[in-house]
Amino acid sequence: MTGAASRSGESIGPGRESMAGLLPGYDPGDFFCELTRPREGDGGALATVVRRLAAIPVEELRRRAAAAERDLFNLGITFTVYSEAAQIDRILPFDMVPRVLTAGEWRRLEAGVKQRVAALNLFLRDIYNGQRILKDGVVPEDLVLGNPNYRPEMQDFPVPFGTYVHVCGTDIVRDQNGVFRVLEDNARTPSGVSYVIENRHAMLRAFPDLMQGIRLRPVDGYGLRLQEAMCEIAPFGVDDPQVVLLSPGIYNAAYFEHVFLAREMGVPLVEGADLLVENDRVFMRTTSGLAPVHTIYRRIDDTFLDPTVFRRDSLLGVPGLVAAWRKGNVALANAVGTGVADDKALYAYMPRIIRYYLDEDSILENVETRICREPEGLAATLADLPNLVVKPVGESGGYGITIGPRATRAELEACREKLLADPANWISQPVIGLSVGPTLTPDGLRPRHLDLRPYAITGRDTWVLPGGLTRVALKPGSLVVNSSQGGGSKDTWVLVDE
Amino acid sequence: MSEATRAPAAAQALLARYAESLFWMARYLERAENLARVLDVTQTFEASGRPSQAWESVVRINADEAEFARRYGQTTPEAVRRFYLLDADNPTSIPAAVAAARRNARTLRPLISTEMWAQLNVFHGWVSALTEAEVAGDGLSRLSARIKESVQLQTGITEGTFYRDQGWHFLQLGRCIERADQTTRLLDIKYHLLLPSLADVGSALDLSQWHALLRAAAGYHAFRRVHPRALTPRAVADFLLLDGAFPRSVLLCVRQAEWTLEQLRSRYGLRGTCEPAERVEELRAGLEERDIDRIVEGGLHEFLDWVQRMLIGIAGAIGTAFFRDWRPGAGGPAEVGPGAEG
Repeated sequence: MTGAASRSGESIGPGRESMAGLLPGYDPGDFFCELTRPREGDGGALATVVRRLAAIPVEELRRRAAAAERDLFNLGITFTVYSEAAQIDRILPFDMVPRVLTAGEWRRLEAGVKQRVAALNLFLRDIYNGQRILKDGVVPEDLVLGNPNYRPEMQDFPVPFGTYVHVCGTDIVRDQNGVFRVLEDNARTPSGVSYVIENRHAMLRAFPDLMQGIRLRPVDGYGLRLQEAMCEIAPFGVDDPQVVLLSPGIYNAAYFEHVFLAREMGVPLVEGADLLVENDRVFMRTTSGLAPVHTIYRRIDDTFLDPTVFRRDSLLGVPGLVAAWRKGNVALANAVGTGVADDKALYAYMPRIIRYYLDEDSILENVETRICREPEGLAATLADLPNLVVKPVGESGGYGITIGPRATRAELEACREKLLADPANWISQPVIGLSVGPTLTPDGLRPRHLDLRPYAITGRDTWVLPGGLTRVALKPGSLVVNSSQGGGSKDTWVLVDE
Repeated sequence: MSEATRAPAAAQALLARYAESLFWMARYLERAENLARVLDVTQTFEASGRPSQAWESVVRINADEAEFARRYGQTTPEAVRRFYLLDADNPTSIPAAVAAARRNARTLRPLISTEMWAQLNVFHGWVSALTEAEVAGDGLSRLSARIKESVQLQTGITEGTFYRDQGWHFLQLGRCIERADQTTRLLDIKYHLLLPSLADVGSALDLSQWHALLRAAAGYHAFRRVHPRALTPRAVADFLLLDGAFPRSVLLCVRQAEWTLEQLRSRYGLRGTCEPAERVEELRAGLEERDIDRIVEGGLHEFLDWVQRMLIGIAGAIGTAFFRDWRPGAGGPAEVGPGAEG
């Protein structure tokens, strides 16, 4: 027990100053350190971890980290990169220093994520049934109806429990003052949850001594919860629903995760060609003929789902699937058309959307965002351009972004012209000094920037997996935690309330 | 407890695509193991004096003459080793067979145990990175042993961890059909090798080769239990083809396939077992009604050829009954299908 550990004198005592000095050469500077910054209510666990970490020589850390990564590779916890010459299996780099959240921090994050998911679902139900929020002028109509991810096919089609977003990943960062802020909602097919569980297993294999006696919220329940939610949303009257996971197949970069989730749920992993629709009912092809399917947890995008409705060239989907769904003969998770809610353009309106439907303040703040289609937002952006990040609303993947502090005078001028030409296409945000955590680097333990993606499952109610995926930018100074840009991940610990 | 009211395993549906992948994963692994046995025994033959002939026969029993000639030209021991141990572009090589087994296992990861997958993944990593130095000289025998052991390890992990419902039966089907086929090829290698010089029959060299053949099939000691004194070519052929208890004998494998199909029918209620079951029965009867003298009189090679064609027919009937119709018009996914069947 943590309490026992601190009573036995392993704690560094009551002082609240940073513990960074215990780790040789480690200096987080002005950034909020997720491990060495003392917080209330940790029961001494943070100090225990720092102390234990400091006691393991760096060579030993390297040896064990390498062994842990080799295990991940051998177990096939990998994504496959296809080039012209070959297929290469890669692991998501695993950093062995955990990211620790106190019980109090987690309570706030959990409540904030639940609130956000509730608002997203209410918003989607509204825009696909009645569009009250548009009529009341809270969100501009063209942002929704003109959005490429808005699906007119979904109009006036009720879904069980009003749940559109059954699985949601909320990207959260922490600023220099330690305040959690939502960076992005992922309401379509968020990935990465398998690493949360596999990282915990890797940790238990490679660093049992680091965790010993520290009570953590378990992460194993995810598959069971997901399976339960999928059963809850199954068509009315089906006693023992057949759930399947629909994957694009072994060539998809997230195939390992699809396998992982199908196994954890105990359901078949199917590809489009395994399914067919007859008389608006969905079946899978088995060795003894066709077997009915009632709920599909799909990991393919809207536009590939059904070639009779969306992309005609899609070979991944199932002809007639959407019609079967609209007839109420099969459930789909996530629902079609959720992409309109996690769009960058809508993000800026989320605090207003939460207030509109729930009459509450946001528990988790957005990153402060100026909407340039609004005159005061444009004016404030133009006045402070060298200090802001300016983002186009329609794009994804970091295209078209101007980072003020790193831009040249000419780039800032070009940005100003684009803003004036089409203000509605832009938002601006201050640069956030992301929190850091000690990370094993060639120079020893050094601060690297982190983010957090908790996963929420919603059927009848919402449940949030304790912790989530902590991604880490492995390059010094980099704020990009994305796995395609050299990012890795850490085990995320949520301490049990003492 | 609700144990008694739980749905029997038979009620669990098995995706047709999974059944097909299980069948082929087992076949490719069995193929890799047997090819290792063939290469090992060929080296023994080479040592006894006719190197190029010995290696040529390996190419011939795998029906690879044209492809080999196109890519390598002259049959040298080095070229044949490279062709089967290092050349991943050759679909009948060991690395290609293990890669195909792994590809199927990847499809099957939701179904098979983590331990099965991890072992095959590591095996594949090793076998696809073999070097020229490792297959040369005295390395070959050690290499063959390790390949055999790796497949046997997979078999053991499967035995100890894989859930025994109908999926397991499709795996068994693939294994015994491929094993029967491979045993006929092992026998055939001896036939081809001796073809040019019938005068050698019964000589000391001849006997030592039959001896080596038995050892390659891991059958020497079992054979000795049945035939404590004499070792005649006829007795060896009889043993490998018709023995009822030797795990690699053709008859035993065929009986096992027949039993497995019967389980799929009676226990899991699979329709469509009729056609493959009839074909297996015909093959089994064909083996049981002939004794070895009659087979040798009619021509051993011709008989082995007939067995191989029957096995191809059985595999085809299993495919049509359980796999092929899963995607109408597509004829099944290319990656799991027979690479060098026939």
